[in-house]
Amino acid sequence: MRGAKILVESLKRAEVKYIFGVQGGAAMPIFDDLYDAEGLKLIPMRHEQGAAHAADGYARATGKVGVTLATSGPGATNLVTGIATAHMDSIPMVAITGQVPTYLMGNDAFQECDILGITRPICKHSYLIKSSDEVADVVAEAFHVAATGKPGPVVIDFAKDAQIQESAFYYPESVNIRSYNPTVVGHPGQIKKAMDLINRAEKPMIYAGGGVTLANAHEELRHFTSKTGIPITVTLMGLGAFPETDPLAMRMPGMHGSCCANYAFSDADLVIAIGARFDDRVTGNLERFSQKSKKIHIDIDPSCIGKNVTVDIPIVGDAKNILRDMNKLAQPAQIEPWMQQIREWQEKYPFEYRQNGDRVMPQYVIEQVYDLFPDAVVTADVGQHQMWAAQYFKYTEHRQWLNSGGLGTMGFSLPATIGAQLGRPDKTLVNINGDGSFIMNIQELVPAVTMKLPLKIFIINNMYLGMVRQWQEMFFQKRYSAVDYHDNPDFAKLAEGFGATGIRVERPEEVRPALEQAQKIEDGPVVIDFIVDEEENVFPMVPSGAGLDEVIRGLA
Amino acid sequence: MAIQKSDSHILSVLVNNRFGVLARVAGLFSGRNFNIDSLSVAETDDPEVSHMTIVTHGEAQIIEQIEKQLNRLIDVIKVRDLTAEHHVERELALVKVDCDTSERAEILQIVDIFRAKTVDVTPTNLTIEVTGDEGKIRALLDMLHPYGIKQIVKTGKIAIIRGEIRTRNG
Repeated sequence: MRGAKILVESLKRAEVKYIFGVQGGAAMPIFDDLYDAEGLKLIPMRHEQGAAHAADGYARATGKVGVTLATSGPGATNLVTGIATAHMDSIPMVAITGQVPTYLMGNDAFQECDILGITRPICKHSYLIKSSDEVADVVAEAFHVAATGKPGPVVIDFAKDAQIQESAFYYPESVNIRSYNPTVVGHPGQIKKAMDLINRAEKPMIYAGGGVTLANAHEELRHFTSKTGIPITVTLMGLGAFPETDPLAMRMPGMHGSCCANYAFSDADLVIAIGARFDDRVTGNLERFSQKSKKIHIDIDPSCIGKNVTVDIPIVGDAKNILRDMNKLAQPAQIEPWMQQIREWQEKYPFEYRQNGDRVMPQYVIEQVYDLFPDAVVTADVGQHQMWAAQYFKYTEHRQWLNSGGLGTMGFSLPATIGAQLGRPDKTLVNINGDGSFIMNIQELVPAVTMKLPLKIFIINNMYLGMVRQWQEMFFQKRYSAVDYHDNPDFAKLAEGFGATGIRVERPEEVRPALEQAQKIEDGPVVIDFIVDEEENVFPMVPSGAGLDEVIRGLA
Repeated sequence: MAIQKSDSHILSVLVNNRFGVLARVAGLFSGRNFNIDSLSVAETDDPEVSHMTIVTHGEAQIIEQIEKQLNRLIDVIKVRDLTAEHHVERELALVKVDCDTSERAEILQIVDIFRAKTVDVTPTNLTIEVTGDEGKIRALLDMLHPYGIKQIVKTGKIAIIRGEIRTRNG
């Protein structure tokens, strides 16, 4: 069997259902063997970045490893942003690139580049296949590494001569890497100590992040929270890990988080961090961050613990296992005065906005989307619309919210929605996009139309690179350098040109009917271009470098 | 010659002897803004495993991060900070010194005192091989300096734990 065929057979053994790719010279034997592969569907995308994000979206929506395939040189370099995006959010992914034949490597051959060198700092691990003998072992190892421990993208660079070289096919039954043994079970002594601290705390709070989702620990988290009655804030990456509709939910923390969550950090005497990494967008100024609290930090990655804040009780391991163990010792917390304070903040400082004349308010659009599509899986891009989508939609389900939190990649969401829809055919997929970000990977409307995917694509169009404009308004004396997007194309017409349904909405009373119309379209994507209030800002806001207690509420 | 920094640490790192491992380790240091003062690497008695001695410096929290980040690399088998443990450290230097016939005897005496070796001699210069810890090599260089040092080539530091071996090559 030739190397390319061994790759395809190995991917089947790794239970891969979809490969998102773009054709090219150095990967032709692989594409050729995918052409009639059974049980493994090749999804041709229109740009390698789109292919990588689609694989990533599939992984985020399902928890399975996403797979992307590109050729050498420019095909491979186009994957880079997608790989980095997955890396920052710890998304399990395998990126396969064709490489020039081994006898040309290093000679600056046509479409040659050192993709392993380029991707080394932005992937969890990488492999170069120079012989067809290695293929099956490399694939098995790559999937193991991508999916276990702290997940992440793995790059496989596959030389073209090895793709056509013949070898026997033998897929390893198990993978054992001497140098790679992630700790998954929490230390019982540490868990005991943590529970003692939790049971003694007067003002405890849970701070849960994307690690809860990655570990599929949402049930255990809900159990822990309901058993203890401790209030909880869930980060942007963790939304859906705990229902935002629950009275204990303080909503998202951080730069554009709720005042309740941010004030709670400042007042708490115990922070229980679960699968969260004290990111700068959450903590604000570290010197002012949660000074009165002790910290318990549960994470599978030891390097995350103690990186940004000093931790009193570290627990290394898989959040699901650890929460399960903690639940055995959990008891109702006696924290009524603290809960009174939390409820007061919740009531006093909900997310709110003011109607501006007869404009379509972006927050109103999100509220209406939530009202009509409460069970949808929502993907968001990066910018103001992302924050409004996080604030005004209440996520209640595991893996209901997919976004590029760490790298903040504009252009992520449209291809990610395609991957997510293929992974979750049972769900409605709502893509909340911005006018700046939509156009960054707009070409991926083509495969969405071709596959007749019923994606609901909602553009919050304020004719600006809105988040940057907001910063310019607040910190750069309204000098709107390079953010004016009034030259945007007509997105509704553009969508029609792609063969999707396009709707333009300019007035508040048109919002709901347009969404209802979108709800009924089942035979392909619909794009609604919501022309919203241009200079609306995202609040609350903790300015960069300020403490969480210095939050600007916005509606003074 | 650089004086050993007070927050200097010697890390002993066992890695898989594979394509790209050195680049991964070096890239980790540069990408995360850590310092490498010296690095030496060679195969161990097991051809599948290499041993790296990395000399770095930084506050305790930085060193902890370096160790943790190294451990995250899939090809890293074991990381150990030897600084606080009883260990032997050595480096090797080759030193080319200006030396005419009139000075040769004096220099050879210095070489003898430091238990160094002469490895090459010409009418105008002498090449000396010296092994030792940083202090000894520095002392020798100080002595040779007045004669005119033309070139110094040094290995990075290598180090090993004293006494019983608890883990191979550890």
